[in-house]
Amino acid sequence: MYIIIIGGGRVGYYLTKALLDEGHEVLIVEKNATVCEVITEQMGSVCFRGDGCEAATLAEIGTGRADMLIAVTGDDEDNLVACQVAKHKFNVPRTIARIRNPQNEPIFKKLGIDVTVSATNIILEHIEEEVPTHPLIHLLTIRDKGLEIVEVKISPDSTTVGKAVKELPLPEGSTLSLLLRKRQKPIIPRASTILQAEDRIIAVTTPESEAALRTALTGI
Amino acid sequence: MKVVIMGCGRVGAHLAALLDSEGHSVAVLDTDAYSFRRLPPDFNGTALLGNGIDEEALKRAGIEEADIFVALTQGDNRNVMAAQIAKHIFNVPRVVCRIYDPLRQELYSTLGLEAFSPTTIFAQMLKGKLLS
Repeated sequence: MYIIIIGGGRVGYYLTKALLDEGHEVLIVEKNATVCEVITEQMGSVCFRGDGCEAATLAEIGTGRADMLIAVTGDDEDNLVACQVAKHKFNVPRTIARIRNPQNEPIFKKLGIDVTVSATNIILEHIEEEVPTHPLIHLLTIRDKGLEIVEVKISPDSTTVGKAVKELPLPEGSTLSLLLRKRQKPIIPRASTILQAEDRIIAVTTPESEAALRTALTGI
Repeated sequence: MKVVIMGCGRVGAHLAALLDSEGHSVAVLDTDAYSFRRLPPDFNGTALLGNGIDEEALKRAGIEEADIFVALTQGDNRNVMAAQIAKHIFNVPRVVCRIYDPLRQELYSTLGLEAFSPTTIFAQMLKGKLLS
């Protein structure tokens, strides 16, 4: 694949390295001449000096035949524009933008960027997973279907301990996929499965019914 | 009319003063409080410290009730992003944005933004003057 990366900072640098190792054709676009020189010195001629938001630059590097453009500069607005120019002017099939401010995620979605990656959100989610008291953890988001896979912990003070799955007011669109219990093999939850304290339930849900699912499962 | 102007540079401040003197309700946003020195002493509108690509700052500036939003910062991309937020997220009826880069201005005009490139306008004007 021909992949264009906008921004030769730390993210762009290591991303390029990884993608080159996988055998892709990669080109970084970077404004700063010194940064360009360092990259060229270390990885060969994979760096083009220029403004990745400018259509002229993108035309020069053959963006029209690119399979993907990934914008990873430190400025959200630059990443947005680079992706939009690539998409609308050069018909790049897939555009990915890095986001600094997590609030921008829904905005970028609405403005047509295929995928957004927010480092802040990723760090928050990982920390969340390590906080044992948190009852609901996001494991995975299936973006194109608007679904997410979450883990809900049943704490000993949950009012649902001892209840069967069929007694729980599960919101529509939520499916319990797996039940993890200490010293046991994973169980596929059935209507008759009784919840125990310390159970961990993996469920598929929508972002809207996430809170309802948590309440249904924990009673809290 | 309610107008939100992002960027209190020479053009932003001048536009704010003109609209204000005609009785419109004007709010100006800038990330640097020092820029507000450009507003005239008798300016009746609001000057707000904040980034125009931040939803919260835009809400504080009253974008939800605004009739017009104008993006006039030095950064083309910032203007583009703020204008799109105003148009597509807050549904402001009239959104105008400055884009210095003529190519980008062309692209965003075809994408439905009302964008002006001072570069093109000034060059054309100069050419007209010189050759008349």
